[in-house]
Amino acid sequence: MMNTTTNFQQPDLQGYYGQFGGAYIPEMLHRNVEELKARYLDIMYEPSFQKEFQSLLKDYVGRPTPLFLAERLSKEFNAPIYLKREDLCHTGAHKINNTIGQILLAIKLGKTRIIAETGAGQHGVATATVCALKGLECIVYMGEKDIERQAPNVARMRMLGAKVIPALSGSKTLKDATNEAIRDWINNPIDTHYIIGSVVGPHPYPDMVARFQSVISEETRWQLKEKTGNELPTHVVACVGGGSNAAGAFYHFLDELSVQLVAVEAAGMGVYSGMSAATTQLGKPGILHGSKSLLMQTADGQVVEPHSISAGLDYPGVGPLHAHLFTSGRGTFLSATDKEALDAAFHVSKTEGIIPALETAHAFAVLGKMNLKSSDRVVICLSGRGDKDLATYIRELDLGI
Amino acid sequence: MSRLQALFANKKERVLNVYFTAGYPQLDSTTTIIQALQNNGADIIELGMPYSDPLADGPVIQESGNIALQNGMTIAVLFEQLKKIKGQINIPIILMGYMNPVMQYGFEKFCADASAVGVDGLILPDLPEYEFEMEYGAIIKKYGLDFVFLVTPETSTERIQQLDNLSTGFLYAVSSSATTGKDKDFNSVEKYLEQLQSMQLKNPVLVGFGIKDRNTFESACKYANGAIIGTAFIKALEGSTNINETVKEFINAVI
Repeated sequence: MMNTTTNFQQPDLQGYYGQFGGAYIPEMLHRNVEELKARYLDIMYEPSFQKEFQSLLKDYVGRPTPLFLAERLSKEFNAPIYLKREDLCHTGAHKINNTIGQILLAIKLGKTRIIAETGAGQHGVATATVCALKGLECIVYMGEKDIERQAPNVARMRMLGAKVIPALSGSKTLKDATNEAIRDWINNPIDTHYIIGSVVGPHPYPDMVARFQSVISEETRWQLKEKTGNELPTHVVACVGGGSNAAGAFYHFLDELSVQLVAVEAAGMGVYSGMSAATTQLGKPGILHGSKSLLMQTADGQVVEPHSISAGLDYPGVGPLHAHLFTSGRGTFLSATDKEALDAAFHVSKTEGIIPALETAHAFAVLGKMNLKSSDRVVICLSGRGDKDLATYIRELDLGI
Repeated sequence: MSRLQALFANKKERVLNVYFTAGYPQLDSTTTIIQALQNNGADIIELGMPYSDPLADGPVIQESGNIALQNGMTIAVLFEQLKKIKGQINIPIILMGYMNPVMQYGFEKFCADASAVGVDGLILPDLPEYEFEMEYGAIIKKYGLDFVFLVTPETSTERIQQLDNLSTGFLYAVSSSATTGKDKDFNSVEKYLEQLQSMQLKNPVLVGFGIKDRNTFESACKYANGAIIGTAFIKALEGSTNINETVKEFINAVI
């Protein structure tokens, strides 16, 4: 079992990237997951699907998103730094690339009810948005703690017609919202499609979500070629919680071994502080939400409650693709603390006039740790905008940063 | 012949399997409840190993698991408890739980230790049949443990046959696609159970999920070899001041 993949992009037939992946699901989910597994590739690459998907990405989401040379940051770090502006997508983050794809797929599967989990609320908003666009019922599970710290996104989801249900179990964050969404799917196996927001969950979700997000690196390649004459960057930097924006930003560079793939995890109060979400540093192989991956857990195999200032990175696992990139050495995994991320958010705002999401700020926070040189070409996935984090930022401003 | 197989060789009807969470309501309740269940006529005991993220369980069993974890229950503690009563229990004990804690304990060590303390079989709902066939099934068999797969009304006939072939002991028919503890209209599942009955399965069939009292137990027994009660029993244990009395009353109200 667990065949070695022939490349980094695609898992094997059972959904394994190296030793990670698979579909560890109870029988109650088997039919739904099997149906997806049997049909997702055929549906995704049908001409009629592609036509509508591409048209919505262009006219509704606003793609292609710009690749922007951040001149002042480039000067500061002595290397050209390009920002892939996913923050300019409709709804303010990359999450909508995937929800557009999955809503079209759900309709092709004949589903009428959509469920989703959300951490920072970006995936919840992106799901509520496409459900409104297509007139489908939408239920979003969100940890009670996240509902408090991401109030603007909760309001947006409600305005878009979604029902937001608080997850009250466990740590009351993204992990628990995902549990509740999976339980909903178990109880509603016929009419419901579960739009997972990250490259996690049972096979085929990690591969399907990575494919929908791969538009990020597809555009980056030709945009970089246009701007520099070379389609390959030396580094691609992205933050990783579950890892969907990183999967999309890395995707078309995964098998270009000259490109260094830098994944930035949330170190919270410090990697070893006991208040962290740096999964590859702290995790061991384990099973959560239907796949085998690296997982923060106790010696007894109970899942540990993570901590990050950013709700979108506050997850004790990581997608199986990323676990494989980490253990195989293909990816470079760095981390940034809450404080470093906040500092980076303020710095990028003042330097480039762009207020990034707290999640994205983690990616900027490692620029100083990368020993960049002038011959490098760095692409940072600017995965989301910071409007949703204003309450946190204002609190910092009041503290006199 | 395993104890589970011997049970079904002698008793083909009205087999009562009672589920509860190890370490609930108190850490040391486990052995008291096992003995009380045996004394009052339960045929099989399904012991839940608590997990922080039990996907297939509803709120009542989730909460019992949280309390058990807070009480300090772990697989190692559970095996110590079972070791103490090993000679006194003659009805089969099955462990039900999720893959992650078992993997961290070490899958083979888990099977070896479980077998050594008198466990008869396993239910691991998130162990898929592919991984079972490729890797884990042989280890489970090596230590003489039975393994029970679940089937649902959405499971295809072909797949039911496949899962029946892989199972030993019995086949666990989920009465509806639902997390544990959901109330279900039993008539709606009669057709599915009739179909299972007509399939000439290798294993006896026990119906789980939605069984809570004499009525639902009797209905299940019309179409299957018996049934599994979980959530309703956990509710009965909640706040119990005399576990022996609670178990006695509960079982008497069912069989």
